[in-house]
Amino acid sequence: MTDLACPVPFSDYERVVLAHGGGGRVMHRLIEELFVTAFDNPHLRAQHDGAVLDTPGRLAVTTDGFTVRPLFFPGGDIGSLAVHGTVNDLVCCGARPEHMTASFILEEGLALETLRRVVESMARAAREAGVRVVAGDTKVVEKGKGDGVFITATGLGRVLAPEPPSPSRVRPGDAVLVTGPVGDHGVAVMIEREAMAIESDLASDSAGCAPQLLALLDAGVDVRCLRDPTRGGLASVLNEIARSARAGIHVREADVPVRSEVADACELLGFDPLYVACEGRLVAFVPEADAERALGALRRTPGSEDAARIGVVTEDHPGTVLLESPLGPSRVLDLLSGEQLPRIC
Amino acid sequence: MRWVDEFRDAGTARRLAGALARSATRPWTVMEICGGQTNTIARYGLEDLLPEGMRLIHGPGCPVCVTPLEIIEAARVLAQEPGVVLCSFGDMLRVPGAGGDLLDARSRGADVRVVLSPLDAVQMAANDRGRHHVLFGVGFETTAPATAMAAELARRLDLDNFSLLASHVRVPPAIELLLSEPEHEIDGFLAAGHVCTVEGLADYPALCARFGVPIVVTGFEPVDILHGLLMCVRQLEAGRHEVENQYTRSVRSDGNPEARALVDRVFEVADVPWRGLGVVPRGGLRIRPAWARFDALRRFDPSLPEVTEPVACKAGLVLQGRLVPTDCPEFGRACTPEHPLGAPMVSTEGACAAYYRHRRHAAFDERADR
Repeated sequence: MTDLACPVPFSDYERVVLAHGGGGRVMHRLIEELFVTAFDNPHLRAQHDGAVLDTPGRLAVTTDGFTVRPLFFPGGDIGSLAVHGTVNDLVCCGARPEHMTASFILEEGLALETLRRVVESMARAAREAGVRVVAGDTKVVEKGKGDGVFITATGLGRVLAPEPPSPSRVRPGDAVLVTGPVGDHGVAVMIEREAMAIESDLASDSAGCAPQLLALLDAGVDVRCLRDPTRGGLASVLNEIARSARAGIHVREADVPVRSEVADACELLGFDPLYVACEGRLVAFVPEADAERALGALRRTPGSEDAARIGVVTEDHPGTVLLESPLGPSRVLDLLSGEQLPRIC
Repeated sequence: MRWVDEFRDAGTARRLAGALARSATRPWTVMEICGGQTNTIARYGLEDLLPEGMRLIHGPGCPVCVTPLEIIEAARVLAQEPGVVLCSFGDMLRVPGAGGDLLDARSRGADVRVVLSPLDAVQMAANDRGRHHVLFGVGFETTAPATAMAAELARRLDLDNFSLLASHVRVPPAIELLLSEPEHEIDGFLAAGHVCTVEGLADYPALCARFGVPIVVTGFEPVDILHGLLMCVRQLEAGRHEVENQYTRSVRSDGNPEARALVDRVFEVADVPWRGLGVVPRGGLRIRPAWARFDALRRFDPSLPEVTEPVACKAGLVLQGRLVPTDCPEFGRACTPEHPLGAPMVSTEGACAAYYRHRRHAAFDERADR
């Protein structure tokens, strides 16, 4: 993406120095000229220790830390990722994201130009998601004690769903939907990180999913459970829900949307796309009676045109996810024991 | 349509399974040699599609599984040498050695890096001459050419900070060893397609003739495996025992002579230990004396602790095809992918891990029935 914003002359330094976290003039200038300018809103402008919010009704709150290498990848960067990740956790509570806070751990020596790009991307993502960044913090750690930038974010949202989605509301017979192809984010980052010689237009799916939640609620769908399949991918999320709902889940592998670029890269690495992270997808559990309406509403929402029904909740095998192979037989789709590791041959 | 789709097609698979059922008049037992094939069999549930009584035995073709414990220990010890970067394929990182695995060594400060290609390790050494880079090169005939190419490239770049911890093994001598076992139950073999892509078919006719078993060189997709099994069963039913090539889209009968010549320049055939099988005569490769400067064991001569396999681990029997993973008393109890007792529980190509990940419900159903 071409960045058309003008560089902001917020520092005499080219790189982050310890003084940027030291509490003095250098730090204040960074905060005022970079962070407050980018995230501009009345709460930040007040430059107080925190923000006082006037938000009636039920609130959803979440917190999440973000580390990613490389900091920039096709389809996003750590800044936009921090917004999308936080926003999507709120969406999974049935809430419309409204506010967030962000804490930046910066590594001494990080180019300030890099930080500017991250912060401006984050501000753009927040604007698109309708979220205000109302409070923040910056700390600097010595060179070698960080990986450029770490971001920790807290999000607040207003609960819109009449009954907030939760694994405890999942019932046998519920349809399992996914809002788009899985594994794009993990594979896009992997290709970039390993500088793999794969010609690919693949981009991360990183995106905020509030429009999908709103589309489902507007269509009158009873959203029983929502989860964003980030670390550990679709397979891990389904396992978590099967366990906490004490229900079985039966998934048809042939129905799970996977882009051919993702499938091919996984083939090469010995990965299973069902365990690869997404950052802009939701897994939705809805009553069978609402399933077709839910799919229609999702497919009309930009970004989830390829939403699909992938399985069903069962009374059998509670706590276990079974995956039906395209050839017919089923197998257990388990949690991974650790991270996926590229294989030998 | 993607390049693999036709080899995963449900209709083709069902037709092949039907033909297999019609062809088999006896309960044949076939060993697939390669762990990649084992993984496909478990992942797609192919055993559920076989005729009643037909049995698959999973062979020792898992590079992670057969790499001797001594070599795993050597990798761990070398990784802890000051100034050494150990470059390894990803799935070697979790194999338990006597004093922990490589991930554990990394968490204690060792510089262990995952490479996707052996040439990446040479590149890393060229870019960072201040540290010594050891490439942990393991695998079958399939990966040996890439390891040899890494050594050649290092020599061409005149790198003094690059060496190999090599443990490459050869499949045909292992087949010979398994068939020499008087009590073996194997009627026929599926040989590993990718090994033969390099080696060709020359090693196999003598084995077929000497032991009276058909050997079908087979690919790795579900349709390949069912097709390979059908070809094998048809031979068995007709009383034939020949080499046949199912994987014609990759395997030529003379293999890849350039790749073999490359391996031959750097390595020589030797008697080597396979974890679980013991010493296999002519069963592996060792670095030729002319390449000693690239031999990590000769350069560092690490002092290695005595290593012994965990007593409870039956990996040896599993690797010889004499024990189904789920029949091991420790399977899913003391031995899981989180706490593997033996290497076959680690790699995606290990029979125990394949059963744990894909077939556990079947095993537990059976246990519950008993």
